Amino acid sequence: MSILTYALHYEGEFNKNSLGAVSEGAKLAEELAEELGGEAAAVVVGGEDLTDELCATLGKYGAAKVYRAKGPEGLAQPVVDVMAKVVQDNGFKYALFGGGLLGFEIGAGLTARLGAGVTMEVTSVKAQDGKLVAERPILQDSAIVDVGYVGEPGIIIGRLNAFDIAEGGDGTAEVIDVDVALEDHSTKAVMVQRGEQRGADVNIEDADILVAGGRGLGKPEGFELAEALAEALGGAVAATRAVVDAGWYPYAAQIGQTGKTVAPKLYLAAGISGAIQHKVGMQNSENIVAINKDPNAPIFEFSDLGIVGDLNKILPKLTDAVKAKKG
Amino acid sequence: MKICVLVKEVPDAAVEKRMDPNSKRLDRSGEKNLNPFDTHAIEAAMQIREGGAADVDEIVAVTMGPESAFRALHKAVSLGADRSVHLTDEALSGSDVCATGYALAKVLESESPDLVLLGQQSDDGECYTIGAVVADHLKMPSLTQVIKIDVEGNKLRCERQAEYGYDTVEIELPGVISVGDAINEPRYPSLKAIMGAKKKQLDTKAVGDVGIEADRVGAQGSQTEVLGINPPPQKQSGEIIEDEDTNETVEKIVAWLDERKLLA
Repeated sequence: MSILTYALHYEGEFNKNSLGAVSEGAKLAEELAEELGGEAAAVVVGGEDLTDELCATLGKYGAAKVYRAKGPEGLAQPVVDVMAKVVQDNGFKYALFGGGLLGFEIGAGLTARLGAGVTMEVTSVKAQDGKLVAERPILQDSAIVDVGYVGEPGIIIGRLNAFDIAEGGDGTAEVIDVDVALEDHSTKAVMVQRGEQRGADVNIEDADILVAGGRGLGKPEGFELAEALAEALGGAVAATRAVVDAGWYPYAAQIGQTGKTVAPKLYLAAGISGAIQHKVGMQNSENIVAINKDPNAPIFEFSDLGIVGDLNKILPKLTDAVKAKKG
Repeated sequence: MKICVLVKEVPDAAVEKRMDPNSKRLDRSGEKNLNPFDTHAIEAAMQIREGGAADVDEIVAVTMGPESAFRALHKAVSLGADRSVHLTDEALSGSDVCATGYALAKVLESESPDLVLLGQQSDDGECYTIGAVVADHLKMPSLTQVIKIDVEGNKLRCERQAEYGYDTVEIELPGVISVGDAINEPRYPSLKAIMGAKKKQLDTKAVGDVGIEADRVGAQGSQTEVLGINPPPQKQSGEIIEDEDTNETVEKIVAWLDERKLLA
């Protein structure tokens, strides 16, 4: 067999990043059909909501087979146990993960279990001389390294949104149940509560204009400046993980690796340094404006207009000027 | 309870980082510092000690790296660790994630900690992954990007942000936890602590001292190889305005937005 992709699901629905990864796995398996000698497959771990019907839908994204195991959801180590067995029993040459926290954890655990090479934050995978080569940006995306694998299997962990979803198959993957005895240590983490939403429910995904705030706003009240500007512009307010974790702004407004992915017409970043984890959630915005007092902030590397200065001085005046202009 | 904190020496944030085109490894010359993400892990260990929910007998900082990495250990000790262990050996040079995780697991095995803490990522390279690699070797439960830890007897109640919101997970000790930077605000070391750090016990270990199989580490033992280093696709760099006269700056921003019909 060729490429095994992990598909994360929650409440009866597959994760978008996982569907991208399944599509990518199918595409690569086809490109290397001769060398890898097999179709792409997916693996799922969970409870009763993983119905035959749901699992078979992965065929739409190119998976020929879906290995299904019973196990706790939202935890990485049980999936490592399952994937190690499926890879070993079927001789998969590569294991592939979409972006996200669990993908990183499972891929890393699998690396240790199988003594395998791993590349993470991968933005693209190419076939070269019959093998897969992973492209990984490093050093704040200032260089891209091509990583090859020495042994088998090779483990590839994608960056968030790296792989496009491609529907093309007929939607009927063969579902194969696998029975895996979990390792002792894999049963020693227990999910108490999953997917808790903290703070108000706000909708940022449909907004054409977003004013996003980060630590540079200085304090929770700093968001009032962002809210005033967003209102003047007719947009919504978004936030970075740092300020959401600090309790300054609701989780539903979070952009980035563990938050939402957006691509509005205007993304105005106020006091955001532009770490990769944030960048992956907003880099496809049409126009990016950044205001930051640190001239070396990475966000200036990928903004269309950058303003080096003090937010507390600029935002109120900008709000007034926008209001005046719009009448 | 014995806590081991994994730390790493990284190039200072102010140093321009580059890849060495010959070795295809990160050029690690120049100023170095303790990985800023690791200071959160040390602080988390200190807060468990000071919180009173567990008796912490010892906090041990552990690193793997070249000779110079002892400075990161001094910093870790100045922030609260009681002693430190430095795994250093020419044989480890060029280790990839798989090899590094294995080597670190072997050092940790020799310390038998109840809890291993580390930062969520290093400033210079591998993200998110080392904790999970180490945990699998040690056969311990593990979680990454934890932003709250409560000790409850032999268990930790941890919170973190995952794909679908906040998760609360209980793990049984011994375990491996990587902490997110939102978990705490690391303290600054006192002058006394900085001066005293050099006097604290620092054990230097070589590969053979902790039972590491030499063929599983270093470039030889690594399962990945860097085939090439390329520049990223060129993106036209944006316009930059230094704010001197705010009225003028704001005028320019409004004109820029208006030109792109964003003020309609």
